[in-house]
Amino acid sequence: MIAIIDYRAGNLKSVESALIKLGFSCRVTHNREEILRSERLIFPGVGAAGKAIDDLRSLGLDKLLKESFDAGKPVLGICLGAQIILDKSEENNVQCLGLIKGEVKMFPSPLFSGNNERLKIPHMGWNGVRLIKNHPVLEGLMPADEFYFVHSYYTLPASDQYVIAMTEHGIEFPSIIGNNNLIAMQFHPEKSGNSGLRILKNFCTWDGHYAE
Amino acid sequence: MLSKRIIPCLDVRDGKTTKGIKFKQNIDIGDPVEMARFYYEEGADELVFYDITASSEHRDIMIDVVRRVAEEIFIPFSVGGGIRTIDDMRRVLLAGAEKISVNSAAVKDPSIISKGARAFGSQCIVLGMDVKQVPISNNIPSGYEIVIHGGRKYTGIDALAWAKRAEKSGAGEICLNSIDADGTQEGYEIVLTRLISENVNIPVIASGGAGNIDHLYDALTQARADAALIASIVHYGTYTIKEIKQALIAKGVKMRKTWLL
Repeated sequence: MIAIIDYRAGNLKSVESALIKLGFSCRVTHNREEILRSERLIFPGVGAAGKAIDDLRSLGLDKLLKESFDAGKPVLGICLGAQIILDKSEENNVQCLGLIKGEVKMFPSPLFSGNNERLKIPHMGWNGVRLIKNHPVLEGLMPADEFYFVHSYYTLPASDQYVIAMTEHGIEFPSIIGNNNLIAMQFHPEKSGNSGLRILKNFCTWDGHYAE
Repeated sequence: MLSKRIIPCLDVRDGKTTKGIKFKQNIDIGDPVEMARFYYEEGADELVFYDITASSEHRDIMIDVVRRVAEEIFIPFSVGGGIRTIDDMRRVLLAGAEKISVNSAAVKDPSIISKGARAFGSQCIVLGMDVKQVPISNNIPSGYEIVIHGGRKYTGIDALAWAKRAEKSGAGEICLNSIDADGTQEGYEIVLTRLISENVNIPVIASGGAGNIDHLYDALTQARADAALIASIVHYGTYTIKEIKQALIAKGVKMRKTWLL
């Protein structure tokens, strides 16, 4: 069973629908026993970092997530769930979970494209990814694949070793990051058509091992 | 670099899809879930559902439509029409929509934008603006006025000022519909779209008037829209989404190419 962690952080229904469509059994839950029993975790999130961290702590999920990560369970972070796994966030200036060393930064403003057109924030819509290294969860990725993003902050791991793919929106930022059995993406695979469903499917069969 | 988005719009009444020509002669086209799946598979980047159900007791039908769409399609979609309270927003979002759009409810009570953004995040609050061109005046310095009730009622609100105010209040996106252009198939309102898009820093969806691919090209380049809403030109089979995207790519517009996947 796959646990989709419920800490009142937005649209969990679409992650659940995608997994059901792919034929995997899953539970939207914040129950400790259920999360401990699960074979893998999906850590989604929409909203602001400060409130998310508060809610996680009040439910005791911050420690549980760390324990599961340390135990080698495959973990997938999505959107805000890909941000608050770093050490800290500029959004609400909050200390985060520290599963990957680094921080979450706000997009610089104003932001311009290569041909000097002003770019909008949030970075909202479909964009590609440039793979820095191969990863089992990204198997089958095609050059035409694009993913649905919506965010005003981006992840900046302390070392390149955690960076799996980059995306460009005025600046190039890490859009997929990972650390051992943890992989995290800024975009929403559950809202990214077949490109995203393939990633979710890969994650749901991943054993959590990753060697470059 | 972001792709420009192509967004089919489905008008839904009592659980059935229709298409309003200048908000009047509504023609039944079909089942919204079937149509959503069709456009999803054709490569639509997002979908908009607009609930034009008149009576509030039929609103639950729309929630059921949203739920069924969310189980079937895996791209973002928004729902507008009849959303008046934070509770209405919550019901639609919990049913699986990515975004909700408020239009006349925000005119009547602008605080619904900031309350919605605080409760659910700016990313899911779309401000729908229905706009008509009017003579420039002290009240309407841009020459574009916000209208409601399908364009029948003038509000005295300047469209540019309204867009800026909504951005400040926490709207995450603007869906900009020109009532003058809507249903004409003679092209988007380019001057209006460019005016709004250049003066806010949130994405703007151009709406109303698409009749051919050049119209979309103009909206996405000259008018600087981030996305283009389309209805009749795909509902009546004039073009497929793939044809639209391939033609726009040939003209140099960046698009998501689902047919290569």
